[in-house]
Amino acid sequence: MRVAVVGVGQTKFDEHWEKSLRDLSTEAGAIALRDSGIDGKDIQSLYIGNMSAGRFIGQEHLAALAVDQAGLIPIPATRCEAACASSALAFREAYFSILSGEYDIVMAAGAEKMTDLKGTDAIATLMGAGDQEWESAIGLTFAGLYALIARDHMQKYGTTREQMAMVSVNNHRNGVLNPLAQFPAEITVEKVLKSPLISDPLRLLDCSPITDGAAAVILVSEKIAKRFENPIWILGSGQASDTLALHHRKSMTELVATKVAAKKAYEQAGLKPKNIDLAEVHDCFSINEIIAIEDLGFCDKGKGGKFVEDGKIARDGEKPINPTGGLKSIGHPVGATGVRQIADVVKQLRGEYGNLQVKDARFGLALNIGGSGATSVVNIFGRDKPK
Amino acid sequence: MDIGIVGYGCYIPRLRISVEEIARVWGADAESYKKGLIVEEKAVPDMDEDTVTISVEAAKNALLRAGIDPEKIGSVYVGSESHPYAVKPSGTVVAEALGIGSNVMIADFEFACKAGTAAMQCCYGLVKAGEIEYGLAIGADTSQGRPGDALEYTAAAAGAAFIIGKDPLAKLEGTCSFTTDTSDFWRREGADYPSHGARFTGKPAYFKHVTSASKMLMDKLSLKPADFKYAVFHMPNGKFPLTASKMLGFSKEQIENGFVVNKIGNPYSGSSPVGLCATLDVAQPGDRILMTSYGSGAGSDSFSFMVTDKILERREKAKKTQDYIKNKQNIDYGVYVKLRRKLRV
Amino acid sequence: MRMPHKSSVPLFWRLKDSKYRLIGSRCTTCKEVFFPKKNLCPVCRRRGSIEDMQFNGNGRIVSYTIVRVPPEGFEKYAPYAVAVIDLEEGARVSGQVVGNITKVRTGKQVRTVFRKIHEDGSDGLINYGLKWEIAE
Repeated sequence: MRVAVVGVGQTKFDEHWEKSLRDLSTEAGAIALRDSGIDGKDIQSLYIGNMSAGRFIGQEHLAALAVDQAGLIPIPATRCEAACASSALAFREAYFSILSGEYDIVMAAGAEKMTDLKGTDAIATLMGAGDQEWESAIGLTFAGLYALIARDHMQKYGTTREQMAMVSVNNHRNGVLNPLAQFPAEITVEKVLKSPLISDPLRLLDCSPITDGAAAVILVSEKIAKRFENPIWILGSGQASDTLALHHRKSMTELVATKVAAKKAYEQAGLKPKNIDLAEVHDCFSINEIIAIEDLGFCDKGKGGKFVEDGKIARDGEKPINPTGGLKSIGHPVGATGVRQIADVVKQLRGEYGNLQVKDARFGLALNIGGSGATSVVNIFGRDKPK
Repeated sequence: MDIGIVGYGCYIPRLRISVEEIARVWGADAESYKKGLIVEEKAVPDMDEDTVTISVEAAKNALLRAGIDPEKIGSVYVGSESHPYAVKPSGTVVAEALGIGSNVMIADFEFACKAGTAAMQCCYGLVKAGEIEYGLAIGADTSQGRPGDALEYTAAAAGAAFIIGKDPLAKLEGTCSFTTDTSDFWRREGADYPSHGARFTGKPAYFKHVTSASKMLMDKLSLKPADFKYAVFHMPNGKFPLTASKMLGFSKEQIENGFVVNKIGNPYSGSSPVGLCATLDVAQPGDRILMTSYGSGAGSDSFSFMVTDKILERREKAKKTQDYIKNKQNIDYGVYVKLRRKLRV
Repeated sequence: MRMPHKSSVPLFWRLKDSKYRLIGSRCTTCKEVFFPKKNLCPVCRRRGSIEDMQFNGNGRIVSYTIVRVPPEGFEKYAPYAVAVIDLEEGARVSGQVVGNITKVRTGKQVRTVFRKIHEDGSDGLINYGLKWEIAE
């Protein structure tokens, strides 16, 4: 049994002062349905990723609300949560629900409404993804956690401040052409290095923003996929866990969950890192893209900074990373990011991405990370139907 | 068997603000304040320090010196006029942080600047009565002073802790108190800053009580100033204890080792206790020490200690008063205002 | 908005041994030490036997940062240093480093100090616990 993605949708990622979470999730779902040509009535189940609607907007029981608003009652609706990896989880659950033979047409979505809270409250809410008793309780933030990782990576491998800045520069250069990006503006290394310190050594322009947005994709069984001209196939899917608290890991410079999830996905796909034509990775902070490049096997451990510096991650480079702008430029509505990444990989593999298109893309990978790396999800997609 | 101080320790926050810096803001003559108060700078608590944290750190030093199992401590009395809560004891946090266990008598004391020495008297009484093996007495404050008031130049933060029991490093030879209803300084419930009687705080208040209690104790023990190697008097500023010691017939040499007010200001309930710690840091076996506290409202507790040979090994086991005095960082008035929450944000 | 769990009395109360005195645990079967406490040894599983353990409060900085944009409830303390610290006995923790934060460096030896960790507004509870200072 093979499963394909036949429809994708994303709202603009932005500070949507006039739109609520229900508006955004319905909008993304409608775009995905229109993109696929499937009627809403034919969707058999919904899986939605969301990190913290309970804290961000005081709303739990979100999956039922989403099908309610979309007029899809009474199909089953399930919410998945793994902090910033919530919607990659929703996608996997949707995938499994078809693999099990129970359904043929399923929607996976992700949504987050973050800007109803003021900044310090949003930061505290996001820290719900850390160890509440031993990280959040001492005043750590996610910028703080990734700053601890960044400092260790700099100490161990000589990764430079400039190399981290180049990650943000690359992603913004790509995002300029993305009409759905929150910050489609070019930046320079100098601008990154002069932006305010958030948590030393990380500065404002190393950090992904606080964003509202939603994304949705439609998955179908092999049988249904036959009706579609350009289905994009799921070749491999891996998920793994690590300690919730950063300080409990033997090494802070690698995310073991990413390595394990990637190994599984590569094996299922029968592919090697060198076969991947583009990757959407989780650049919530610039250092995390460097670590992702290493952990996904695109270069040796400790060489990620150099890989970036050498320009290999550019859209026309040897290994295009975040060719549509990444979390940094597109924005990071935490529960929506995983499905947004998948939607972008699908658009690239269809070969219909216009100015953002990576040339001759056959295989694409999406890496979605929760917290400081306690959850990692890797999905690999292909243009051609696998044997 | 002798009863007295088994272990002692102090804690002084590392931040300081100078008299010059405060005078600069209020357009006051710094030199006359420095000379008049005999204070150069005062210790200021950081944003995360309060009477409880100062008490715990001081008591940890006392425990290190005493070398006893914390569970043998049968009473914990914290004296302060800046307990963090109006209702909820400081002592329970202190006891829990030290691992004292739950078989313990705890109460918070308040008697202006002499609550810490009152706590020492209570522990002494309980040990002497055989009710407890050891008692922990603490005097600590993060003192308040109204912005622009003379008190602002001296109101400081610090504390000292004493474990009272048998086998002491300083035997308590006797103690007494001289107490009257004299309102020279007070703070009403809910008021941010204390009020005081200005020059009334001198002759009928501080000097009357300090000299009376000291004389009462010397009479009771048939001792005279020359029998003491050292003396410590409550230090609301530098001038008062110098004058009191002269009135009683003590020399400058006798009080200079415990004279910490010029470097740390007046940490209220911690004032004479920190002075006693500084004195114990240098005393030799056989030295006798007089300590007289003063608390507005008003009363003085007077103590006579005889230092034993236990002092020599025990005092090296923890940080000394001068270590804390030397480890400092000066701040400006802006930071001070932020730290002392005089700024509404 | 105050985060509701930060006003929780029992949530902090049940952790006070660890927060005030650095009580962790150890597996007597494999000798692995844990901070904070674990009630299951991940190596020995059901063969493990866990008991409380007092850590001595000495450690070494592995990595550090200065938090300049704090979460709700920590605004007045910022900027503050946070480090990942290797405890002498073997476990690893995150903790604030107090004192002159410009002197915080990887490799420095640190020891515990008792401080206020968080205050629940001006009328809520004050949570105390251990921070770290550079050992001279």
